[in-house]
Amino acid sequence: MCSYITEKTAIFGSAKGADGWSSVASAHVYYDHPYHAALDHALSIDFLSPDSERKIAVELSAESARALVASILAALESGQDAHG
Amino acid sequence: MSYRGMIADIVTFKGHNGDVGEAYYARPAGKGPFPGVVLIHHMPGWDDWCMEATRKLAHHGIAAIAPHLYFRHGPGTPDDLAAKARASGGVSDDQVVGDVAGAMAFLRAQPEANGKVGVIGFCSGGRQTFLSACRLEGIDAAVNCWGGNVVVDDPAQLTPQRPVAPIDLSANLKAPLLGLFGNDDKNPSPAQVDTLEEKLKSLGKTYDFHRYDGAGHGFFAAERPGYRPEQATDGWQKVMTFFHKHLG
Repeated sequence: MCSYITEKTAIFGSAKGADGWSSVASAHVYYDHPYHAALDHALSIDFLSPDSERKIAVELSAESARALVASILAALESGQDAHG
Repeated sequence: MSYRGMIADIVTFKGHNGDVGEAYYARPAGKGPFPGVVLIHHMPGWDDWCMEATRKLAHHGIAAIAPHLYFRHGPGTPDDLAAKARASGGVSDDQVVGDVAGAMAFLRAQPEANGKVGVIGFCSGGRQTFLSACRLEGIDAAVNCWGGNVVVDDPAQLTPQRPVAPIDLSANLKAPLLGLFGNDDKNPSPAQVDTLEEKLKSLGKTYDFHRYDGAGHGFFAAERPGYRPEQATDGWQKVMTFFHKHLG
């Protein structure tokens, strides 16, 4: 399928890409045909700069995207426990 | 007949509102005359596969052009422009139809053209092919490869960019239509393909639909898990036969 559904989230942080480090201000998340990954559908995340330039793009299988979500949550939980 | 030699390059074309954009143009070597085909890329954009498919048409004796539907978001790489197009809600139907008309005009203006022009599209491009065949004059043959959202079951899917379900324009379809679909596809589902076929049949339109068992969406794409070599080979054969029948 081709879907136009895109989840947009404001974020605060930095990302490192081919041009080095830069600020990122939003993330676009969607599940659709990838551009590059050898998958029929991929969970794609675009990290955008404050002026809406795409700085980092990832295309993940659904399974690995779910694993990543679990890792993020686990890291946050244990890290916040450790650091208060 | 296949043509071993071809010329392929980036060209400019005049699209919707007279905007000038890039397109990939591949034609058989020689003076022709050759039929022309506009190839509409899928939503991920003006990618390697759409250029390979354009060259495949040229290999089979067709002068083919693949307009970059996201050029207005540039400059940038095709994948970045596709991301920008998506983030802005996708290109509008009016703009796509205008760009297809511009690409058709490009084809007819070439010295090697025989004057006949077809359109083919994949996925969202399949939908846009059907839409163009309903809205534009001068399309001599149209091929819809698994175009989703031609049948719109949920009106909430209609947006300012895509305000009409293409099936509702079926009465205006003038070109013969070839449709290729996978029976494991969810968009379009087999039921939606049936709905479209019933509509075309009731209107007395010229169409030829093929439904493939064991295939889902995008089964031509050799670099994806959904590739189905047997069905894809048969499908491409049907595409070439159809175009040569209607475009000469």
